[in-house]
Amino acid sequence: MSADSAIVVSEVTHHYGERVAVDELSLSIDEGEIFVFLGPNGSGKTTLFRVLSTLIPLQAGDVKVLGHDLRGAVNSIRSQLGVVFQAPSLDKKLTVAENLTHQGRLYGLSSGEIKNRSQAMLSALGLSDRNSDLTESLSGGMRRRVELAKGMLHQPRLLLLDEPSTGLDPGARADMWKYLHQVREEGVTIVLTTHLLEEAERADRIAIMHQGKLAALDTPAALQASVGGDSITIRTDCPDQLASNIRDQFACEANVVDGTVRLEQPDGHQWISRLVEAFPVEIQTVTLGKPTLEDVFIARTGHQYLSSEE
Amino acid sequence: MANVITNKISPGPVVLTLAQRELVRFFRQRNRVIGAMVQPIMFWGLFSAGFRGNGLGPAFFFPGTIAMILLFTAIFATISIIEDRREGFLQSVLVAPAPRWAMVLGKILGGSAIAMLQALLFLVLGWLTLDLTSSPLEVLLAVALMTVIAVALTSLGFLIAWRMESTQGFHAIMSVFLFPMWLLSGAMFPAEEGTWLTLLSRFNPLTYGVAGLRHYFHFEGSSVAMNALPNLSVCWLVTIVFAAIMFALAWRIADTRTTGDLL
Repeated sequence: MSADSAIVVSEVTHHYGERVAVDELSLSIDEGEIFVFLGPNGSGKTTLFRVLSTLIPLQAGDVKVLGHDLRGAVNSIRSQLGVVFQAPSLDKKLTVAENLTHQGRLYGLSSGEIKNRSQAMLSALGLSDRNSDLTESLSGGMRRRVELAKGMLHQPRLLLLDEPSTGLDPGARADMWKYLHQVREEGVTIVLTTHLLEEAERADRIAIMHQGKLAALDTPAALQASVGGDSITIRTDCPDQLASNIRDQFACEANVVDGTVRLEQPDGHQWISRLVEAFPVEIQTVTLGKPTLEDVFIARTGHQYLSSEE
Repeated sequence: MANVITNKISPGPVVLTLAQRELVRFFRQRNRVIGAMVQPIMFWGLFSAGFRGNGLGPAFFFPGTIAMILLFTAIFATISIIEDRREGFLQSVLVAPAPRWAMVLGKILGGSAIAMLQALLFLVLGWLTLDLTSSPLEVLLAVALMTVIAVALTSLGFLIAWRMESTQGFHAIMSVFLFPMWLLSGAMFPAEEGTWLTLLSRFNPLTYGVAGLRHYFHFEGSSVAMNALPNLSVCWLVTIVFAAIMFALAWRIADTRTTGDLL
């Protein structure tokens, strides 16, 4: 792989006992991009995050992070890696400044560096006046921001975030994304996991995960374009029957996805009138939409997004 | 952006910062501080009053009470590793580039410091209420020995707690392992040559810590039989080896992952 890859994952497999969480996954992430692992809970993205963050050992396959082998040079990777976990990692009995100081020392920063970096991070995240507050007194959104400050304190080249917007209101989420884009401008590669479809759209590239495998990998626009036209979803009592009737009558693809009939066609609005005229009794409701990442997920995996959660 | 690339993290600040965190946390939790002050005073009063009748005065129980304070405080200080794990603090320590042994040592020194604070408080109490006839050097050496015992016991606590997912499982270990360990250390029963109890206690590393303290603490008007005790150099040797082995095992176990890491 080229020297410009921040992460190269080759045939990585991870088991928890009998269960396969990540299944022969291969992909590469470029330096300087915002890369999202999108998938429902249980899709394997958090397991992959734990492997990449060096929290759990690599079982099978190879991973290179910033040019270093994950098996051999783990400490070289760790010092250039910022990690923001989904579960809080702040010590609640300590103040914001104390939490950052401990973090800085664990990464070998001097007292001067810790002071400067803490101030810079807290002001960038709008927390300057909270420096000496106990973290247990902060709101959930503020704590997430301190987590972010903690992860970025040592100026990592690569920032990993696991479900970073958990517990954030829409405003706070927008602020977080603004900050992530700003950090990316400084050359930091950002890799995050999310189960939120609308969040994934803000990334440069999206890897859609399903049952431990890569279902799709592309830019949000390319993924949406790949679905082909508008998506039409029909609710009916006998989806199999209706799908087969549509296929016979219109000579087009019609699939049954979790009890609904789905078609992807250009000029969806014209299709709706045709369909409703042809099957006035069978069709209960019909919805038309521009393809979303959910449609991409369905098209690539054959499953509804939410029902595939484990 | 200027990247700080520090592949080699110096362990000193890591050890200090984690040890300091233990102390700061301790002093911020008022109930723990109050408990730490009250417990020695309570034990002191109860032991002195309760055993006066059978010829074993407070002087006899003094080293044993110190061992008890060290045992329980040290071990309770390190089981906070379970909290660190549950509250998530540990995960960010585990992905930091600092050497693992430095993280373990920081935790253990912090716990030992808390145990020593409490034990020293008790020592002052003993000095005020009993006629301590030990020389200043003996007291100093006793404090040094107490520190080694504290490190050994905190490491033992770390070893037990690392794989535990909740503090509840700890109670069983407490009653079937730690409490008997203290009872069999010569803290409660005077050592007598040839009894099975004394024989059994020779296999308990804590016995040598307690015996070492008995060698150092002398009180006016009290005569504790020294003849059945292991000699002082053996006490030091066993205690140091005990601490070294416990720390090595704690370091080793900290390199293993548990499912509890996965919050």
